[in-house]
Amino acid sequence: MAIKNFLLARLLQAGIVAIVVGALCFVLMRVLPGDAAMRIAAGRYGPDARIADAAEKVRLELGLDRPIAVQFIEWLGSLARFDLGHSLVTGRAVAHELQVQLGASVWLAVAALMLSLLIGPIVGLFGGLRPGGTADRVGLLGAVTFRAIPPFVLGLILMLVFSRQLGWLPPAGFGSPREILLPALTLALGLAAMSSRVTRNAVAAVARAPYFAFARYKGLPEAVVVRRHGLRNAAIPVVSYLGLQAIYLIEGVVVVESLFAYPGIGHALVHAIVERDVPMVQGTALAMGLMFVAIAAIVDLVTLWLDPRMRKIA
Amino acid sequence: MRIAKALFLTLMLGASLPASFAQAEALKVAGPWEITGIEPAQTGYVFSRLQVAETLVTTDKQGALVPSLAESWKVSQDGLVWTFKLRGNAQFHDGTPVTAEATVASLQRALAGVGVLSQAPISEINVEGSGIQIRLSKPFSALPAYLVHFSTIVLAPSSFDAADKVTQIVGTGPYKVKTLTPPARLELEGSGAWWGGEPGISEVNYLAVGQGETRALMAESGEADLVFSMLPVSVDRLKANPKLDVQIATIPRTRLLKINAASPFFDQVEERQAVSAAIDRIGTAKVILRNADLAATQLFPPAMKGWNSPDVQPLEKDLEKAKELLKAAGWVPGSDGILEKDGKRFSVTMLTYASWPELPPIATALQAQLRQVGIDVKVSVGNSSEIPARHQDGTLEIGLVSRLYSIVPDPVGTLLQDYGPGGSDWGSMGWDNKEMQAIVDQLAATSDPVVRGPLQKRAVEILQEELPSIPVTWSELAIVSSKRIAGVEVDPLEVNYGLSSIRWAE
Repeated sequence: MAIKNFLLARLLQAGIVAIVVGALCFVLMRVLPGDAAMRIAAGRYGPDARIADAAEKVRLELGLDRPIAVQFIEWLGSLARFDLGHSLVTGRAVAHELQVQLGASVWLAVAALMLSLLIGPIVGLFGGLRPGGTADRVGLLGAVTFRAIPPFVLGLILMLVFSRQLGWLPPAGFGSPREILLPALTLALGLAAMSSRVTRNAVAAVARAPYFAFARYKGLPEAVVVRRHGLRNAAIPVVSYLGLQAIYLIEGVVVVESLFAYPGIGHALVHAIVERDVPMVQGTALAMGLMFVAIAAIVDLVTLWLDPRMRKIA
Repeated sequence: MRIAKALFLTLMLGASLPASFAQAEALKVAGPWEITGIEPAQTGYVFSRLQVAETLVTTDKQGALVPSLAESWKVSQDGLVWTFKLRGNAQFHDGTPVTAEATVASLQRALAGVGVLSQAPISEINVEGSGIQIRLSKPFSALPAYLVHFSTIVLAPSSFDAADKVTQIVGTGPYKVKTLTPPARLELEGSGAWWGGEPGISEVNYLAVGQGETRALMAESGEADLVFSMLPVSVDRLKANPKLDVQIATIPRTRLLKINAASPFFDQVEERQAVSAAIDRIGTAKVILRNADLAATQLFPPAMKGWNSPDVQPLEKDLEKAKELLKAAGWVPGSDGILEKDGKRFSVTMLTYASWPELPPIATALQAQLRQVGIDVKVSVGNSSEIPARHQDGTLEIGLVSRLYSIVPDPVGTLLQDYGPGGSDWGSMGWDNKEMQAIVDQLAATSDPVVRGPLQKRAVEILQEELPSIPVTWSELAIVSSKRIAGVEVDPLEVNYGLSSIRWAE
């Protein structure tokens, strides 16, 4: 019952997000300075074309001179039929574009998250078990370094090392696991920098807890103590924090995708905003908003599973 | 190190290995252009440059017009009717022959759309026997040059849906589309039926890589065999790489200041000449473009034969002359060193855009240079569409733009727009010169080089003297190729990159 209510609440949240995001995008794109038809024409035909002439044709073709309210109500009506419309620049269905680009971004985000989970919590675990020890200090130095370097610099450094010097991995492209590794690693190091510190603090707190000491006193081997009494308790704040990291991920994919020529949703969003491609902006923002809701829902479910106390509250 | 590499390779196991073997034979090409849609007027240049689709006329490496899908062409005595004869042996990638009907359908579509054809005085395009007949409303010698433009590529009827929208590119070139994943990837394979023979390498994979630095790394890491459009900062490093060849061509593109000659700041020719004399072209080209030879001493670069005149006085930096000219125009330094006239400060906004990454730094360099003669410039970096928008509403003061003179291979096409009455998006603004307009009209009507020569020379002189646009730098195109391949040629007009004549090096 609790789960059902919870899912219903999330679904309602998703609906509200859809309308708010759509409306916000619509209004923001309209109040931006500059003529939308000109922007779209420049986006379509490039900066060498006769943009002013092209803009007149674009205006007629897309009906941009109709009242804004009419255009917005049309968009809402289409959304209710799950129709996101067509891109003003490429002319293809937004849903189709998103399918390709969102798919690419989801793979990148998942790969980055997995890599960060391989790095962050493990580094944090060793640091947290011996706070102030060598592992903790090296971990802190690494975390500060990787969090402080912006993703575009980190990406370039990784390219220089792994593509130019070693020649192991391609600096750009998409479609195979070889090509996803560098962008995913760029994001993962930033994610791991934070999650390793959160893990370290959680583990340190658990390691100081009376129940942890008790497990040791009763003579359990260290590995069993950590596995049975440490990991699950320490995992709760780490998992909750993963939800917050989704923000870093979504912000990160925009930069990283452009740098690595990875045709994902972040890359698409940047182009759509510059080119005033309103349906694409609405579609991508909507997809990103819904991703947030989905990640939050997953994080909540995992927390519920990890922490039985929460089930009573829910 | 070996263990680390083994670990890495294990990480990318599975699907990656068969995939890289299957692509081992393909020519890997990287360039900056994204494939946003497949409408010829939008991205026809990708398909033209990569030799998927062809136009009736094309250019050779010297820029002269040569036959492509049209075997020959002729014009009637009165200059109003052009007839193009198709080559008999061309066929589309779907196996159907290239007919006059299919060609006319593609051209009529281009005429109705946004491409360059709508700017030529064409009244109708018809099938005439087995050829194509184009009727004009007035004589227009540059017509064949207009048919080189990528918006006029000839596509098979199967490229279009019932609503006349392009759904796939079924062209006639040596390569056909295998897969297209917009916006970044295009995979091509030999069509097997090209009239020009078999390509040297039968598979081509194109990847759009927007960042210049990433493209340089693609070349250095061997992930791309051929990379187009390198940033000046990368070129020296790439030249030093023993595995790579770097080729550089001057392209007919000039970075210039678009000046509003109707504004109170630039309505006198002395003011425009002063701005020109205040600009340090050599320093700007040397520092930002890493090549002092790109300093634009006149509008058209030397590679544009007949348009670059050795006789005109080159535009050079001369601060004293600039100050004198400004004084002659009535501008005197105010208390803070900024010029004033009738209580009005010489303070203007220079608008530019980042579609070309070098424009904003050039704009800030010019800002500092103009400050030395007492002109206060604010630099505003926006979207490329703002220049035409501000041209339309008349509020532009100065714009730093990059202007291409080979949109059609005959520069007259561009001059007609740029320096005609009222100017154009990327050309003059508020500058009305009857002599120039008459010259351009005469040039448009004749293709006789004997008649054209003196007219072109006079046009260059007027532009040099009147400065409706102030040239800053010329441009070059750097192409990097791996030593694994041979036969790479640079096309300065960027019509066709000649991939089909590239082969694996011995």
